[in-house]
Amino acid sequence: MRSRFRPPFGLTLAAVAAVLFLHIPLLLIGLYAFTTEETAYTFPPPGLTTRWFLEAFQRADLWSALTLSLKVATITTLISLALGVLAAFAVHHGKFIGKEAITFLVILPIALPGIVTGIALRSALKMMSLEFSFWTIVLGHVTFCIVTIYNNVIARLRRTGFSIVEASMDLGADTFQTFRYVILPTIASALLAGGMLAFSLSFDEVIVTTFTAGQQATLPIWILAQLSRPRDRPVTNVVAFFVIIITTLPILLAYRLTRQDEEVQ
Amino acid sequence: MNNSVVAVRFIDVERHFDEVAAVNGISLEIYEGEFFTLLGPSGSGKTTCLRMIAGFDHPTAGRIELYGRDVTGLPPYERDVHTVFQDYALFPHMTVGENVGYSLMIKKKPKPEIQKRVEEMLELVRLPGLAKRKPTQLSGGQRQRVALARSLIDQPKVLLLDEPLGALDLKLRQQMQIELKNIQKQVGITFVYVTHDQEEALTMSDRLAVFNQGRVEQVGAPTEIYENPATVFAANFVGVSNVIRDGLAQALTGSSQSFTVRPEKIALRQPDAKTSPSECFADGVIREQVYLGMYSRYIVALDLGGDLMAVEQNLGVFSPEMQAECGKRVRAVWDKAHIHMLEAGG
Amino acid sequence: MALSSSTFDHANARKASIGRRFSRYFHRHPRLSILLLLALPLLWLGAVYFGSLGALVLQSFFHYDSYSGHVLPQLTGENYLELLSPSNLSIVLRTTSMAVAVTLASALLAFPLAYYSVRYAKGRTKALLYLAVILPLWSSYIVRVYSWKLILAREGIISWFLAQLGMTQLLENVLKLPGIGGASLSMSMLGMWMVFVYIWLPYMILPIHAALERVPKTLLEASGDLGARPGQTFWKVTLPLALPGVVAGSIFTFSLTLGDFIIPGTIGNSSLFIGQAVLRHQGTAGNIPLAAALTVVPMAVMAVYLVIARRLGAFDAL
Repeated sequence: MRSRFRPPFGLTLAAVAAVLFLHIPLLLIGLYAFTTEETAYTFPPPGLTTRWFLEAFQRADLWSALTLSLKVATITTLISLALGVLAAFAVHHGKFIGKEAITFLVILPIALPGIVTGIALRSALKMMSLEFSFWTIVLGHVTFCIVTIYNNVIARLRRTGFSIVEASMDLGADTFQTFRYVILPTIASALLAGGMLAFSLSFDEVIVTTFTAGQQATLPIWILAQLSRPRDRPVTNVVAFFVIIITTLPILLAYRLTRQDEEVQ
Repeated sequence: MNNSVVAVRFIDVERHFDEVAAVNGISLEIYEGEFFTLLGPSGSGKTTCLRMIAGFDHPTAGRIELYGRDVTGLPPYERDVHTVFQDYALFPHMTVGENVGYSLMIKKKPKPEIQKRVEEMLELVRLPGLAKRKPTQLSGGQRQRVALARSLIDQPKVLLLDEPLGALDLKLRQQMQIELKNIQKQVGITFVYVTHDQEEALTMSDRLAVFNQGRVEQVGAPTEIYENPATVFAANFVGVSNVIRDGLAQALTGSSQSFTVRPEKIALRQPDAKTSPSECFADGVIREQVYLGMYSRYIVALDLGGDLMAVEQNLGVFSPEMQAECGKRVRAVWDKAHIHMLEAGG
Repeated sequence: MALSSSTFDHANARKASIGRRFSRYFHRHPRLSILLLLALPLLWLGAVYFGSLGALVLQSFFHYDSYSGHVLPQLTGENYLELLSPSNLSIVLRTTSMAVAVTLASALLAFPLAYYSVRYAKGRTKALLYLAVILPLWSSYIVRVYSWKLILAREGIISWFLAQLGMTQLLENVLKLPGIGGASLSMSMLGMWMVFVYIWLPYMILPIHAALERVPKTLLEASGDLGARPGQTFWKVTLPLALPGVVAGSIFTFSLTLGDFIIPGTIGNSSLFIGQAVLRHQGTAGNIPLAAALTVVPMAVMAVYLVIARRLGAFDAL
């Protein structure tokens, strides 16, 4: 739909406004992380300092929340990778009715509002008298992380087609050898991109986690609790600042990887 | 070419997809060392047959034998048969050298040996020194040759080729046809080739099978099929032919049995030209004329009814005046020996 | 080349590795192999997720004994009747009208950006714009909500900005309006609305972008060729073709707003949204059946919405 003409001024203005709207809040966090003021609300900030960074560093509850989030995200990503790849393969290579149902089932957790997933899992766990623990958090997270792996891998499989798998078998490689030498290298970047997205999703998730965690706090839950503690505001700002940095990097990498794939094909 | 050993044998093979019979009862024998073509239009079952030899598909009835051994049900990696795919199917993440040496790598041959064989194969397909390139850096013709090298390197008993030249332009295709034929002679392996291009089939094959709707209509050498087609389909798929039936046949030959005669065997002479007893003739008016460079194609509306197609080489220099031949009266003449009778129902 | 059938048997007589033997088995039993592949994911998603959804709907029909605080498995429709009580109805209505307002605003804000990106942005700019949209989409939700707490605060940037423009009184008057106003921006419906739009905006931009990309340039050229001015082409050709994308985006904004409890809890006042009500009921009260019934409301609304959206072709734009 590319047009040769210059865009109307009003349109450019509206577009720029939207982009600014999306990003200024994040930039502000960066600014606020350095403010000298203790209640850390005032704009413009009266001065700049890095002392809140030190204070944040010494908070034990922050560290345990961070560690928990990292552990949950890692395990979730690994399990989702396994399940997502299995599902993607079954749907791509298999010949059976109900493929659409599988895709629907995979997408459902992320399509329905988090609260539905959250309370459904919580009440089911209660009914089975299971205790809330690390694994219940992971359980919830995997449910909606599978889709990022599944989508990435199946898109890649579809772009690659069947003939190189047939060619490999034709040349003497059995199923496992074909997987190792031909399939795995081809989907490697899709796995990496999907995995990073899954990690980000899990690291950031708060709605479902509220329901499936027991007494533990992941980092987002910690931040949520901090919202009602005005005195802790500066530390919260610092944490928010770091979270933005940590979640931005995987996104950029995943984006780079998927672009590279598209260019090669 | 060793005529006595059967490399591939189909015995009453059928392949049904739900209610559709893609392959509907095929029995044939392909001899060791020959270049055998499966020729037919799309959907005639030829590619399905090829895939069943390779092992990507299995017959719903019947048997397939490789060198006398029943291979129905064996996975592709257990058959000593390799395929050159229509889209070449080169592994994009491997170099040309790694692609070509793949089957040897799977068999765990030592690296130096693989390297040596890869170089030999690349020489054979006339792509020396390209081992380090990636497939995306090659042209279509080059990729095709890499696919060929990859399939030949571990000396399979049979090589299957699934319309490998379809994506190439005309000149390149004609060149590759000759090269493929030469390589086959040099290597001595049985080639089973699938194509819908009858000219290709005629150029390259030792023998060919004409496929139509899941059945084989005729098997034989190219000259055999061209000069003596068994059925109307074979007559019209391999080359073009005039099919004369019933009343017109009666008037021309005295019997109502259908027959075919090739257009190039028909000469267009002056309306009162003398003909000998060994010749057949029919008078008519030129209805259509198409100039095709090497030759011209004429459609003659016969006085007796019906049309006859004749083809004449443009031996003289064609001038615009000669182009206005429509409406001219002519006598179409052909030798009785060139009439080929069709079996009833053919 | 010496060729004979014995070479085939030779290949087979070699001891086949474990991998090869498994491989042959899978080849002979394709259906079983697929089943094995699917078993784990299906177990997880089917049994765990789908199962709990079913359990939830089932629980919405159970009886909650407020004296003992126990849930009794007696089937009853009382929870759904409870939904019709004035307080619950107002909760549902409040949440739904916020969802509508958020959807409209997101669409209005998203469309120009998507249109600009597809129509006028070239190579590098286009890539940067795309990145500019997915970055907030995937970065932390809670942090983005938190950032607005800072922005909307009385001492925050919005107040400062308005003060510079001398419009502070205007803000105070707006805040006094019933329904959308509140004690301060960070405790009002107006504030909530702004935060919702901010958070869900990328979800609206992407489908619109995808739908616009799919409009072939030749269609616009044909329209011009047939005599339409650029404005007419936009209204009669581009916009209708982009509509499925807008509907697809609205699925997200609508459904996400319906279920959210964090934003109303952080930015809102004391009037509850569906999400908060659900949280409250299932929490210390333990009234899971009522919470479940409340959850069914957004599920049902989304189901209807999805059916309508499918009719309008939104699924092709996803």
